[in-house]
Amino acid sequence: MKKISTLAVLLLALPAAWAGSEDTYAEFKAMMDRSFKTNGIAAKHRMYQLDFQKSCSQEKQPPKAEMARIEAEQLKTIRYPADGKYFGDWKQGEKIATSGRGLTWTDKTPHDNGGGCYNCHQMSHHEVSYGTIGPSLLEYGKVRGSTDEIIKYTWGKIYNAKAFNACSNMPRNGDAEILTEQQMKHLMAFLFDPASPVNKK
Amino acid sequence: MATKPMRIRASTKDGVTEVKALIAHEMETGQRKDANGAVIPAWFITELTASHNGKVVLASEFGTAISKNPYLAFKFKGGAAGDKVAITWKDNKGETRTDEAAIG
Amino acid sequence: MVNPQKYIVLALAATLGSLPLGASASDKLLDGINEYREALADGNPSELVAAEGEELWKTPRGPKNASLEKCDLGLGAGVVKGASAQLPRFFKDTGKVQDLETRLMTCMETLQGLDPKAVVEAKWLKGEKEKMAALVAYVVTESNGQKIKVDTRHPEMKKMYELGKLAFYYRTGPMDFSCATCHGDQGKRIRMQELPDLRTQEGAAAGWGSWPAYRVSNGQFWTMQHRLNDCYRQQRTAEPIYGSDVTIALSVYLAATANGGKVVTPGIKR
Repeated sequence: MKKISTLAVLLLALPAAWAGSEDTYAEFKAMMDRSFKTNGIAAKHRMYQLDFQKSCSQEKQPPKAEMARIEAEQLKTIRYPADGKYFGDWKQGEKIATSGRGLTWTDKTPHDNGGGCYNCHQMSHHEVSYGTIGPSLLEYGKVRGSTDEIIKYTWGKIYNAKAFNACSNMPRNGDAEILTEQQMKHLMAFLFDPASPVNKK
Repeated sequence: MATKPMRIRASTKDGVTEVKALIAHEMETGQRKDANGAVIPAWFITELTASHNGKVVLASEFGTAISKNPYLAFKFKGGAAGDKVAITWKDNKGETRTDEAAIG
Repeated sequence: MVNPQKYIVLALAATLGSLPLGASASDKLLDGINEYREALADGNPSELVAAEGEELWKTPRGPKNASLEKCDLGLGAGVVKGASAQLPRFFKDTGKVQDLETRLMTCMETLQGLDPKAVVEAKWLKGEKEKMAALVAYVVTESNGQKIKVDTRHPEMKKMYELGKLAFYYRTGPMDFSCATCHGDQGKRIRMQELPDLRTQEGAAAGWGSWPAYRVSNGQFWTMQHRLNDCYRQQRTAEPIYGSDVTIALSVYLAATANGGKVVTPGIKR
């Protein structure tokens, strides 16, 4: 079953990106293969795509049905906290949101990554150096409240954004093991805690 | 370590000469560490003077707050096309360098 | 006198102190940064690097004890003026599409007898790569003010363009990023850094046309190969090999998209 869906992805992806030239794509893969090398923790195998990454590597997004299929598959990867506790310390969450470090070939260990949230999102009242690739999260908890539903959704979004938007620009923080469960709990507190500068002026 | 040449441009208009200089220097503060955690030794310009036909028109003290490869622009009264403008710096290692340019 | 480090601190402090927080504070901050850039443009330290490069271009080196003065960058032997504005291009003698840096390596090999490996394997800003950066600074200064005019008619150029476009959208690695993640939309920023939309002529011209550049924050002159390498570092991919085909293909895609735009190399970046 998995093989069939992979094939379907390929067929759907082909026409838009390279006008039916399978040769060009074979050449492209060969080029990528010989152009990159392992450096430190950034291993060569990082150049080999996952199925959904491939589907999302075109000028336009894949068709709706394909997006839905990816989202359903990604949703299955999400692990909710086993102890049922979603919130850590917002102060530590703020540090994680601010840090954009981790996972490059100049980083030493893969265990203390930042979330890089500010690269793309406005978050708190006092940090003006924020990116605009993602939507503003200012007053996130204040605006959305803290129902079980919104808490669970937010956890899922941080854990694997592709479960909600197949080709989202946002990394799969939990699924790709960029952040630990504890780090994601801190980020949750940063977003929801009324005392956090995300919500408090 | 050999010093590198400065780029000096000078032009005069209405009796005022404007000098623009790019100075090649590391300007290392002594507060940075290299990849191995070892302190990179301080290395920066401490004094800089500029002269017009041998007469000092600018004397200044430099320090670690100034960037690598500093850019310096200043004006002085007087100066005519063809006159020489010279700039001399001295750094904390005792190196010194002088370059000159003709007013254009 | 202008002191860049102090200048930015003051500019930031002044902006932060006097304004309400929110979107407008960000806009004002950006204005401050742009003002700072303009103040820098007058004294672009790339000139120092270019001067070294010019001397290196004319100095005999290598086993053949020859200079690079007969190097053909695409406009004929020894023609530097305007050369980088028409690169990358297809070269008959090598049978390859080459960017400025790989072409310079060819010249170093054929004219001077130097092994290109020494450049490929050197660390950024060190040894042979430092020399390469100086040569690049010299060559690109000679195209300042010209228009980007890359000839894509050759089949090999067409192919590289297609491969480069595929590379531009190629998502991979632990963060699922591609070039398009940051450079595939209009009017976006990463932190305070404005991101050109490299899919468009205007965006590609702003990006391709202003690199190689001097970065004031670290006092380093970066070639286009260095720029692309660091983009991939931030994408969290494996490392692209210096001068490898993916770097050439991406360069062709960017330069061809930018065609007609203005060359302002060497650029100056904060």
